[in-house]
Amino acid sequence: MTAEIGHFALILALVLALLQSSVPMIGAARGDAALMAFGRAAATLQALFVIAAFAALAFAFVRCDFSIAAVASNTHTSQPLIYRFAGTWGNHEGSMLLWVLILAVFGGAIALFGDNLRTSLQARVLGVQGMIGAAFLAFLLFTSNPFARLDPAPINGAELNPLLQDPGLVIHPPLLYLGYVGFSVAFAFAVAALIEGRVDAAWARWVRPWVLAAWICLTCGIALGSFWAYYTLGWGGWWFWDPVENASLMPWLMGTALLHSALVVERRGALVSWTLLLGILTFSLSLIGTFLVRSGILTSVHAFAVDPKRGVFILAIIVGATGLSLALFAWRAPAMKSGSLFSSVSREAGLTLNNLFLMAATAVVFLGTFYPVIIDSLHGDKISVGAPYYNLTFTPIVAVLLTLVAFGPMLTWKRDSLRGVGARLRIPLLCAVVALGVAMLVFGVDKSLAALGMALAAWLMTGAVAVLARRWRGTDFARAVRTTPLATYGLVLAHAGLGVTVAGVSAMTAWQTSKILVMAPGQTVALDSATVRLETVRQVTGPNYLATQASFDIRRGDTSRHLTSERRFYPVSRSQTTQAGIDAGLWGNVYLAIGEADKGGTGIVVRMYHHPLVGWIWAGALLMALGGCASLSDRRFRVGAARAAAVPAGRLALA
Amino acid sequence: MMRLLYLLPVLLFAGIVAFFAVGLQGDPAKLPSALLNRPLPPFALAGLDAGTPGFGSATFVGEPKLLNVFASWCAACPQEHPMLTRIAGEGVAVYGLDWKDTPENATRWLAKLGNPYRLIGSDPTARTGIDLGVTGVPETFVVDRHGRVRYKQIGPITPQDWDQTLRPMLARLKAEA
Repeated sequence: MTAEIGHFALILALVLALLQSSVPMIGAARGDAALMAFGRAAATLQALFVIAAFAALAFAFVRCDFSIAAVASNTHTSQPLIYRFAGTWGNHEGSMLLWVLILAVFGGAIALFGDNLRTSLQARVLGVQGMIGAAFLAFLLFTSNPFARLDPAPINGAELNPLLQDPGLVIHPPLLYLGYVGFSVAFAFAVAALIEGRVDAAWARWVRPWVLAAWICLTCGIALGSFWAYYTLGWGGWWFWDPVENASLMPWLMGTALLHSALVVERRGALVSWTLLLGILTFSLSLIGTFLVRSGILTSVHAFAVDPKRGVFILAIIVGATGLSLALFAWRAPAMKSGSLFSSVSREAGLTLNNLFLMAATAVVFLGTFYPVIIDSLHGDKISVGAPYYNLTFTPIVAVLLTLVAFGPMLTWKRDSLRGVGARLRIPLLCAVVALGVAMLVFGVDKSLAALGMALAAWLMTGAVAVLARRWRGTDFARAVRTTPLATYGLVLAHAGLGVTVAGVSAMTAWQTSKILVMAPGQTVALDSATVRLETVRQVTGPNYLATQASFDIRRGDTSRHLTSERRFYPVSRSQTTQAGIDAGLWGNVYLAIGEADKGGTGIVVRMYHHPLVGWIWAGALLMALGGCASLSDRRFRVGAARAAAVPAGRLALA
Repeated sequence: MMRLLYLLPVLLFAGIVAFFAVGLQGDPAKLPSALLNRPLPPFALAGLDAGTPGFGSATFVGEPKLLNVFASWCAACPQEHPMLTRIAGEGVAVYGLDWKDTPENATRWLAKLGNPYRLIGSDPTARTGIDLGVTGVPETFVVDRHGRVRYKQIGPITPQDWDQTLRPMLARLKAEA
């Protein structure tokens, strides 16, 4: 019964989405208030129906209703409740429903909270959202119906992939989707602005929080995915340049550019068409991210739905959304003139330069990800592109980009001088040079690339702090701390966080050490400054797995810690996973993973690693996200929108 | 001139879509063998025990044959096994390469399920497997009468694979000079 309710709710949502994509558009073109109001009602109702459908599916998963195909192939009664629930989106159909759910809820939010938007803009934004929603609801209903029934229903289901039965993976996909879909709002606003033919400060003030929120979720989602790979795949890698990782990195890079250029639109009214283009491209890359995972066009560990038919459908959606919006851009954007001019040394110019480098970095990742497809199309050769390519291309671009980051906040709007900004950055420069020297001395000249990374990290961190120092200098400290806007703290946190991540990445690439050996209980091995003692190896039984569990004692200096590492076997799906034992510290982690038992002996294969500063990689990402949150809670976003409503169409009414 | 610049994104995008469309035509699971239309690399494999002979690359002359890679530890092999028995029953010469496996385990496995192979070669270290470019088990090579690899099937042979691909191919190879 619940399945049918869910199914009908989805069909109704599709009908509503189709109406939402046309009626308010017509209303906006004719200036008919009733038709525009219909768009708001449709968006709200559509959100309610999709929520109902999602609830029905989640209920079926939790209750193990194996008469539903998606449930039967992804849930087993022995799975803990939380993973039965998470199973809702741990499969193709359910994850697409989650995607649509987030989209619909965002649409509903624009309808409910968008009172301070110009009515015609709101109607058009909802219209565009309706089109995306209709496309994905149709995709869901026609190619991947989550409520398809099985007859006869099996007695028990197949298990959710054990690799996905992990707390991190419970929230990783929703976070990523919040990011991907959040950018759909920016896309809808960009397309609506192109149709209207004008962009004003109110537009930017509405778009920026959405972009920021999406960016925060995407940052957290990517960091979480990387952290999950680190502790679960058993060798401590944290980034693999896997196509699907790239698929999330590209919208992140582009979204970062969008975030900064929207700032310029909001503050200075410049870079308008550039921002619109970024809005379109960021969401397109999010779509391509979805497309990549699902089409099977690139083979990847993440591809749980390899089905070209679905791929063609999503390809059609991408061609429709991106192609039409880019065509609209080519047609309408040239007529949109930017308000204010800026000199070649100014904050606007700095942000433009940063945008160009982010764009280049995205292009490099894009090319690396799709090069195999291109070569396959041209010659029929199967190749793969790995880390060496990215080290050669991505790293230098990012190095320049990171150097530029510290300049941005130090530049003044409109006009500045190189000499002036140089003087303001004297101390960060000094710190970077000192860091470079120290790293070279301690670790040798052959690790100079990593030393350069450390110098960049120091540059970024001190550069961020310098923003505050400059602001606070000469004023009463307590007062200065209070009057500094939250957005400034956000900027400082985010830029410093980037520095923290860079430090972690540099240290991990250059200075990690590892040992692989067979250890018997009682044996002690030295790893860098730590000693590792294997205490016991025993068999344990979990809720739905059997495991070999090894207990270790790690001694670092005077402190000792107890660690366990497991190798789990899930009998239902007959698969194996690793739970690494990690002794996390500020300066580095000791990482222990066990392999097979030594044949005939009492020992067990142990892989041990020392990962210097690895935690900094994710701590930095968390700081960036926190910075985003601080910026998001700045008063300006709350009062700003209201003020814009009072002065409609602001100072930048465009042609 | 400025207008052209605004056209650039949509033009670039059209190019990318063209590549995607071509890429989608291909089957992502299809990994062409590097040995396609080339002779088998020279190898000689021992049998599962001292009493039974193994085989080598020299075996693959005279008539088209199948070389099936299997292992007792492989999960998909029991699934493929009835199909191999049927193929052998149709008079096709199927040779088994026991990959990364111990002869004892393989013997026990075959005793349980039955032995469809004309001869079995043991490759416990996967040395020959590397030369052949084996990516996993089961895999099946179609070798023509001159000892050249003509096709590689990845994964278990399904009845559909046999009826639509492998059997017609073997018939064609038989007819070839």
